[in-house]
Amino acid sequence: MTGPLAILADSWNYLVVICLMMGGLFIVISQQNLVKKLVGLAIFQTSVFLFYISVGKVAGGTAPILMKATDVAYSNPLPHVLILTAIVVGVATTALGLALVLRINAAFGSIEDDEILAMKAAASVPRARRDASSSEGAQ
Amino acid sequence: MMFMTPQTALMIGIVAPLVTALLTPFLGVRANWRDVAGPIGAVITFVAALHVAGDVMQGGSPEWVLATLAPGIDLSFRVTELGAVFGLVASGLWILAGIYSVGYMRGNHEKHQTRFAAFYAVAVHAAMAVAWSGNLLVLFVFYEVLTFSTFPLVTHKDSKAARDAGRLYMSILVGTSVVLLLPAVIYVWVMTGRLDFVSGGILKDAVSSEVVPWLLAAFAFGIGKAALMPFHRWLPAAMVAPTPVSALLHAVAVVKAGVFTMLTVVVYVFGIDFLSASGGGTWLVWLTSFTILASSFVAITKDDLKARLAYSTISQLSYVVLGAALATSIAAQGAALHIVMHAAGKITLFFCAGAIYVACHLTKISDLDGQGPQMKWVFGAFFIGALSIIGIPPTGGSWSKFYLMVGAADAGMVFVLAVLSLSSLLNIYYLLDPVARAFFKPKTRQVEVEWHPLTVWPPVITAGISIGLFFYAGPFLDLASAMVTR
Amino acid sequence: MTLSQIIANLPGLVVAIPLLLAPVVALVPLSSLAWVLAVVGTGLSLICAVLIQGSVTGGASYSYFLGNWPPPWGIEFVVDAASALTVVIMSGLAFIATLFARQGLLAEIAEKDAGMAYAAWLLACGGLSGLVMTGDAFNLFVFLEISALSSVILIALGSGTDRRALVAGYNYLLIGAVGATFYVIGVGFIYAVTGSLNMADLAGRIPDVPQTTAVMVGFGFMMAGILVKAAIFPVHIWLPAAYSFAPSAVSALLAAIATKASLYVLARIMFTVFSGTPDVTAIAVEFVLIPLALGGIFVGTILAIYENDIKKLLAFSSVAQIGYIALAFGVASTAGVAAGFVHIGNHAVIKGGMFLAVGGFAIALGRRIDLDSMVGLGRRMPITTIGFLICGLSLIGLPLTAGFISKLYLVRALIEADMIFIMGLVLFSSALSVAYLWKIVEVLWHKPTVSTPVPETPGLYLPLWMLAIGNIWLGVAPAPLIEAAGRAAMQLVGGM
Repeated sequence: MTGPLAILADSWNYLVVICLMMGGLFIVISQQNLVKKLVGLAIFQTSVFLFYISVGKVAGGTAPILMKATDVAYSNPLPHVLILTAIVVGVATTALGLALVLRINAAFGSIEDDEILAMKAAASVPRARRDASSSEGAQ
Repeated sequence: MMFMTPQTALMIGIVAPLVTALLTPFLGVRANWRDVAGPIGAVITFVAALHVAGDVMQGGSPEWVLATLAPGIDLSFRVTELGAVFGLVASGLWILAGIYSVGYMRGNHEKHQTRFAAFYAVAVHAAMAVAWSGNLLVLFVFYEVLTFSTFPLVTHKDSKAARDAGRLYMSILVGTSVVLLLPAVIYVWVMTGRLDFVSGGILKDAVSSEVVPWLLAAFAFGIGKAALMPFHRWLPAAMVAPTPVSALLHAVAVVKAGVFTMLTVVVYVFGIDFLSASGGGTWLVWLTSFTILASSFVAITKDDLKARLAYSTISQLSYVVLGAALATSIAAQGAALHIVMHAAGKITLFFCAGAIYVACHLTKISDLDGQGPQMKWVFGAFFIGALSIIGIPPTGGSWSKFYLMVGAADAGMVFVLAVLSLSSLLNIYYLLDPVARAFFKPKTRQVEVEWHPLTVWPPVITAGISIGLFFYAGPFLDLASAMVTR
Repeated sequence: MTLSQIIANLPGLVVAIPLLLAPVVALVPLSSLAWVLAVVGTGLSLICAVLIQGSVTGGASYSYFLGNWPPPWGIEFVVDAASALTVVIMSGLAFIATLFARQGLLAEIAEKDAGMAYAAWLLACGGLSGLVMTGDAFNLFVFLEISALSSVILIALGSGTDRRALVAGYNYLLIGAVGATFYVIGVGFIYAVTGSLNMADLAGRIPDVPQTTAVMVGFGFMMAGILVKAAIFPVHIWLPAAYSFAPSAVSALLAAIATKASLYVLARIMFTVFSGTPDVTAIAVEFVLIPLALGGIFVGTILAIYENDIKKLLAFSSVAQIGYIALAFGVASTAGVAAGFVHIGNHAVIKGGMFLAVGGFAIALGRRIDLDSMVGLGRRMPITTIGFLICGLSLIGLPLTAGFISKLYLVRALIEADMIFIMGLVLFSSALSVAYLWKIVEVLWHKPTVSTPVPETPGLYLPLWMLAIGNIWLGVAPAPLIEAAGRAAMQLVGGM
């Protein structure tokens, strides 16, 4: 059985991965809101997690715990372990990103990229006047 | 001098100017000590250069290896015949220029005299290192050091004009050397696997003769200091510097480093025989002929004395490059001699221009009418210097011009003879014009003349040297012929 | 632990010492003690790196198995001429930047943040060393993220003097995370095809598997991710803001070592992991790496010429210099890769020194340094200015400085590879680069509006002068670096 439908049936999981990946990347690029950008990043990273898990999964395979029976197919455990690491990294990235967004909000009074960009020019004044300008930004 | 081996003399000649430069800031608070340090350093350097030249004449080639720059390429100094000549010229004239610059800077009440003196000595150090460099890469290294160390001197006045001139100076000299000279050097290195200077050249079996014109072009234009048209604009621009800079650096050290490099490349890298056999130098003969005449015509239009001298220098530098491009042994000797003769003559002219400026603050030739009787010695020296540049006996300049003409005839390029003759006529017109005005025209401006003796005696002495070189050119002739025969 | 055990564990220690010290430093309340620990950490790791370098001078290479698990199952650290050289350069520069950070960092961040800042500093150093040492493709991603996240923290610390540092940090985080994720995707493809993550193992397996699109796609994703991290044009956009708004000490640290590690990884992936598929790498080099490198060289140089803010100018210059390194790797001959390693070392010394000098200016004057504030600094702060000038002249390749040696070897490699046109472009851009330095040099000795001398403290100018002297030393006697770079190139490219 070949044709587009067959591909869809056989590898729908990869299609999901691609959709999530493109969607996430699109959000990162297109959104102005800094939090939404982070959400996009998280989706993008999650798609990669799914990709690894799909690769490691053997059809009909079970968890790789040694059993007495000899004809058991095991799924590859390594991708799962890798993704465990990647998830930790992803969480750290998101956490740090959100922390930065908080600080940006405190400093600029906005979390919209374009608004902050417009404010940057006002910030490039000598140190003495900078405090005044940041309070302007907060209004 | 028995206590000095040629090798220690070589070290002293390289190090003495540098030590002078490093000591100058510390002597800055005591102006008299500082100003004596320069000439003392110069005398030491000159004695060392004499010693080195003497050894080279007897067939030696002193060498000093400092460090390894690249596998097979050392940071080393080794004196060739041509290098001995240039080293003598640069260090010998530094003595007089050093004395003169003290008089000029004090007479003119210039600022930052310490900085000036320090960079002046660094520039001489770089010129000596260029003269005695052991291979093409070391030569390039100090060629660049020379450019950078003269920048503070060119922009000494700190005015907008000086800054603009400094930009032009840097962009042409650094631009040409980086874009053309460096790849040419590396190309030679890649093709031959070596960069040292060998009589007869190293390229003979390494590159085909089709490449020769292109490689020669990369060198000729890459050596911006030789002021070959169209890369000559930096030299008139550099005239914004105080006159001692123009005198020693832009009539002797810097520009001569340029033509010295060109001649070295032709004699010791290409090899005269290989260059003439390949015919790759012909286009350069035409271009230098054009530069000689064109810059002479430009010089005629200049009313500013230093600008006129600058264009005259451009023209004279092309004599040397022409001698190299003709690629005959006589012409190459003429080129080597011209480095010496033109240096003595042109430094005299610049000394005089500066002396006139210090004495009565005149820079325009049209203002000089009738000023001669007030400044007899200065204009007398100017006259002798001009004769040497024109090439009229009994001055040294007549030797080099004679050799160049014979060389041109030897190469079968008869039109070059016409170019050289026409150029001499133009020289007579634009160099003797200021002298004639000064003595024979009625005075148009009343000016107060205020001497500084240290600005007057150096030009008189160099004028004497110009005459002396006519009668005692022997050692230089020997070195020049050793350069092509050894 | 006996001495021999320590020696055997050097490759692990060079990475582990800074990483393990980081949490300790984070808990130290006293900022001076935290700094001492940071100096000890980077210093020890420098000693380890030098010892490692000593052990590979004979051309030897060996592996270090983390936790004694042999590859391809365990994670392997590869010690050869290339990784040893890069680690020495990086830990040396990190050590000098840490010396500067005593006064340099504290002047620009709050005292209470100091412990955390030094912790992030150590994490960044350890992460970047790990990036270079590791021989495992996935482990590389972990180090990539350790160094990236800690760098983001360090960059954002600049908000004490300029709030734009926060945005710069955020953007670096975002772009860096996307880049790292791209890299992971690439690793996933390669793993799916070969079933291995060990680089040496991969190098053997990739030629044997069917050359499907998967290999190409994997290679492409991995390269794309690394290009982002190495700040190669046009994915360099995070770099100028990050370098210019970070605290001065951080700018110096990152400029000296951060992109260098990624550039090394780039070479490693191209020349080791994918050494078995020369046609794939050849395409990548010819149609991607060389054009992008040239683009970066010109864009960086031209933007620098028109920039007045000195830190940003230096950052743009870094984009151009990274282009030179990438171009040298793009030549893909032994001479080219060697030239790339020479410039990795030289540029670290040059740009590290320049950022330290600008940091010294900024701290002494208490303001951001632009062209106007450089006027007359030669008279007001002569020691720092002359150090800056030496590094600057080295940047534009004045002979007898490190920069000239880089230029010499790059041009030589290009001529040997018959890339005469590209060589012309390189030299032209190199002449252009004089312009942006020269506009600074011109004003240094002008008459300043305020001509009072500014006090200079040894804590700020001694590290700078170490690098300035390094520049001259590497310019006059470059033989050790050149030989080490040559060995590194031989091991990476082999007899190609």
